[in-house]
Amino acid sequence: MSPDLDVRQQRLRDLLVAAQRGDARSYREFLHELTPLLRGYFRRRLRSAPDDIEDLVQETLLAVHNNRHTYDPGQPFSGWAYAIARYKLVDLLRARAAREALHDPLDDDAEQLLTDAEPAAAEARRDLGLLLQQLPDKQRLPIQYVKIEGLSVAETSRRTGLSESAVKVGIHRGLKALAALIRKQR
Amino acid sequence: MKTDDLIVALTTGAEPVDPRMPSRRMLFAAVAGVALALPLMIGLLGVNPLLAQAAGAPMFWIKLAFVAATVVAAFAVALKLARPGASVRRSGVALAIPFISLWLLAAIVLVVSAPGDRQGLLFGSTWSACPINIAVLSAPALLLSLGAMRAAAPTRPALAGAAAGLLAGGLGATVYTLHCPELAAPFLAVWYVLGMLIPAAVGAGVGGRLLRW
Repeated sequence: MSPDLDVRQQRLRDLLVAAQRGDARSYREFLHELTPLLRGYFRRRLRSAPDDIEDLVQETLLAVHNNRHTYDPGQPFSGWAYAIARYKLVDLLRARAAREALHDPLDDDAEQLLTDAEPAAAEARRDLGLLLQQLPDKQRLPIQYVKIEGLSVAETSRRTGLSESAVKVGIHRGLKALAALIRKQR
Repeated sequence: MKTDDLIVALTTGAEPVDPRMPSRRMLFAAVAGVALALPLMIGLLGVNPLLAQAAGAPMFWIKLAFVAATVVAAFAVALKLARPGASVRRSGVALAIPFISLWLLAAIVLVVSAPGDRQGLLFGSTWSACPINIAVLSAPALLLSLGAMRAAAPTRPALAGAAAGLLAGGLGATVYTLHCPELAAPFLAVWYVLGMLIPAAVGAGVGGRLLRW
């Protein structure tokens, strides 16, 4: 791996490890740096409209979030992120088998995720905000209050009448349910 | 929703997560799986009354070493498959070792034994019950290990289900050694292996659907 990529990989790894410990600022920086890499990775493999690519980027970000506990700080970061991106890409391709054409075969290496980024943010086609409305209240409200409006867990607990642990569980399960809804829609 | 808004939402109030969680859940599945299989074995089959006597034979310990090695190696493979991007090459090779060793030993035993003894060494007196008993005893561990796998992120769901199933099979076989009177290597090489492959096959079949994320 070139020194440049090494530095980038090390930086992303450190941010993710800090995010696992609950550092929200590192976590935000991590997702902000990962996003253009995902976009570039999907762009090179899919002949697809930009908003389709953005759907896949958002779905992968949600998957990274839901599974951020599966990163072992001792394993190479690029391999972990690449495996998630590839899994989501293959899942999409399987669903669309006939409609999509591949640019490249998929058996390339993990480092490619770290090579060229695509910064331009496009609008996604699928609106996660709308999808969120389909979740039951005990999941939707905690996500709405804590994640989108930025209220504390305690304040959300007061407003919804749910216990604090129910709020946390609701967020956790709700985001997993959101990922499942996305898959069902395909 | 714009991607930047999604990032803000995901990171707002994000709780700390424990990267050791996947291994802890799998360990819990294994321990609880055995804890549930033990009363099942005692209730359905009963402990071998000649267990103390059997424990005097070296082959009893070789048998125990085989099932224990399978459990340890399958645990390692399952854990690798639970994490995206983790390589299973080394633990996969380690998993082959107990099987190849047992099959070699079985082949040697068959070759050096008198032709008239071979059938007995291969079939023992309980061959028809053995695989199904092991499969039944592995059922609790299978459910729990698939649950642990579901809480992680296997990128090869069928293979991950198979590994969780083989782990459960090894645990079921370990508990079954407390009941089973058979000690011949050829018997173990066929019927124990078959018994462990049943939950592995179930895990592969179920995993392909259940373990998607």
